Amino acid sequence: MYHTLAVLVENSPGVLARVAGLFSRRGYNIDSLAVGRTDNPTISRMTIVVEGDERVLEQVSKQLHKLVDVIKIGDITAAPHVDRELVLIKVNANANTRGEVMQIAQVFRAAIVDYGHKNLTLECTGNQEKISAFEEALQPFGIKELVRTGKVAMLRGAKYTNITKTKEED
Amino acid sequence: MKMSGAEILIDSLKEMGADTIFGYPGGQALPIYDALYDSDINHLLTRHEQGAVHAADGYARASGKVGVCLATSGPGATNLVTGIANAYMDSVPLVAITGQVPTSLLGRDSFQEVDITGITLPITKHNYIVKDIRDLGRIVKEAFYVASTGRPGPVLIDIPKDISAGEMDYHRNGFLDLPGYNPPRKGKEELLNQAFKAIAISQRPVIYAGGGVVSAAAHQELKQLAETLLAPVATTLMGLGGFPEDHPLALGMLGMHGTKYANYAICDCDLLIAVGVRFDDRVTGKVESFAPHAKIIHIDIDPAEMGKNVRVDIPIAGDLKIVLNQLLERLEARLAGAWQDKVATWKKEYPLEFNEKGSGLKPQQIIQEIYRLTEGQARVTTEVGQHQMWAAQYYTYTKPRSFISSGGLGTMGYGFPAALGVQVACPEETVFDIAGDGSIQMNIQELATAVDYQLPVNVAIMNNGYLGMVRQWQEILYNRRYSYSEMKSPDYVKLAEAYGAEGYQITRQDEVAEVLQAAIQSQKPVLMDFVIEREENVLPFVPPGKALNEMLG
Ligand SMILES: Cc1ncc(C[n+]2csc(CCOP(=O)(O)OP(=O)(O)O)c2C)c(N)n1
Ligand SMILES: [Mg+2]
Repeated sequence: MYHTLAVLVENSPGVLARVAGLFSRRGYNIDSLAVGRTDNPTISRMTIVVEGDERVLEQVSKQLHKLVDVIKIGDITAAPHVDRELVLIKVNANANTRGEVMQIAQVFRAAIVDYGHKNLTLECTGNQEKISAFEEALQPFGIKELVRTGKVAMLRGAKYTNITKTKEED
Repeated sequence: MKMSGAEILIDSLKEMGADTIFGYPGGQALPIYDALYDSDINHLLTRHEQGAVHAADGYARASGKVGVCLATSGPGATNLVTGIANAYMDSVPLVAITGQVPTSLLGRDSFQEVDITGITLPITKHNYIVKDIRDLGRIVKEAFYVASTGRPGPVLIDIPKDISAGEMDYHRNGFLDLPGYNPPRKGKEELLNQAFKAIAISQRPVIYAGGGVVSAAAHQELKQLAETLLAPVATTLMGLGGFPEDHPLALGMLGMHGTKYANYAICDCDLLIAVGVRFDDRVTGKVESFAPHAKIIHIDIDPAEMGKNVRVDIPIAGDLKIVLNQLLERLEARLAGAWQDKVATWKKEYPLEFNEKGSGLKPQQIIQEIYRLTEGQARVTTEVGQHQMWAAQYYTYTKPRSFISSGGLGTMGYGFPAALGVQVACPEETVFDIAGDGSIQMNIQELATAVDYQLPVNVAIMNNGYLGMVRQWQEILYNRRYSYSEMKSPDYVKLAEAYGAEGYQITRQDEVAEVLQAAIQSQKPVLMDFVIEREENVLPFVPPGKALNEMLG
């Protein structure tokens, strides 16, 4: 089963290596990892999607906790949350196929971010299912290049993960 | 006050109570060494950086204080690596300081540049490279704090030369910036309640105690717990000395070379109270058959140890001393019953034993003799191999921090430099390194350090002419094919004399006590070459992957 972890870390140079090293050393499988700074510039947030059963997940989060640079970990898989991923796809599009590609883009609410003679570059945001469906829809035209950001996620409603606690605002 | 980075480093070391450093200089550490020249910190120059880090580790294990070692960049730093890994595996509080090329040369494969923070990432509790002199004072303090609190461990600080040589206006302040670091302290009430229930219904409780008891200084509490529950106590290699082995409830060591009665008690108990341990494979044997009938309560400072190797019913994370006191407050004394009788019978029926016949020297006997002549008061370090296991089995440890050995990493060459650190920490005490002929040659150069600083450690080499533990495995598991496990030694007497130490070779039983006595009395380091029975085995032996009750011997 896949779990989505929201991990707050200190924004220090070694932190990514520490987290990545921990996963590879202990044999945990990372499906995706997205990282960027938060509203507090000294703190970064990672969204890590990891595969494993309950036992593995418990070990992952306990081992992560041991890293001095890791401030907080939340497994938000089971809680209602919003998750998004962004993809850029460069796809073949000649005079004959361009219209169809643009139609598909419209269906998926993707933006055309670059326009070439032989190809189009599209940007699409959504959950992983949507991104995969989008990719599949474009496959027949010939995908030249594809890049995904990995998933980012946030709890829904009044719940949030910040450095003090994952808590409910009353 | 205007101070250089090196001066800030030394001031911060003193602020943290460090007065002793084991180290070895080199180009990128020169500013630090220049500042040491004027300081009152006691610096000991070893003959190899591995000697320095093991000595700092021994110093820490004997004193309970943070050990400090210092090396230059590149090869100096990489020579520390084994010692850092060793301290990490055994949770020893250590601060390792390395010189580094100036920040402007970082990342360019500069002369003697090595990415030591990268290399030590998986073997340190935390590490730092200082890139701004304004962070230096805080980092040193954080390093000591992280190394010595929670589950202790090594922390490395890499200091580029321009930082140690740079200057700033510096004033001490107690500021630490560790928002992600909060080791647990008290045990959770609901888990304690579960523990009380499990204890109340148990008929056959056993305590399994490890190195955590020693590092948390919870040995009194452990003793009280055992006496309250009349629960026998099996100790890991790291836990030896955490429970007095002359106590009627002591089962000695458990695991691969544990006593039969300790392993039988584990196999038969219905409640296992695991205290300051990590269920290492050398302890559990085949995990599926470890304590098969028992409910397991696991008390440890590190939550990540809970359920890592073995399923645990009641995991209590917290400071051992605090959690044990939480338990003791509410536990009532028990009366002896059938279980205590059964354990006593096992102890009588299956004592630790060896064949005392024959004219050759028996290592077990030599160790018993060391125990007798030091009245059980020595600090014993060991190298790694058969002699280490005999030292664990046949010297009756009664005080915490009296047995100092490389448990988790099993580092040959640890014991001798560690003994030097122990002697520095405990100048008035008798220190023995129980060594093997293979291991002692791994850091023999530290004899020069011992002589130089007049550290009168006693090295008792159990010389079997073999990498004995390897030979034992080859005998039992590889059909006596002794592939590259036989080795010759130098003349240890001459070697000792060449270094300015004392040396003895002992081949007869009637010489043993005499030589040991002379060594204990001597003010010099002494190398004793005990020529022992060559193919003596360590028994009992649970072959790897077998259950604890499938012992040989
Ligand atoms: C640095 C290192 N290299 C290799 C080993 C593997 N090893 C474990 S015990 C042992 C033999 C040790 O020989 P010796 O020091 O003579 O001790 P004995 O077993 O003979 O008492 C070896 C090679 C080790 N533990 N450490
Ligand atoms: Mg040997």
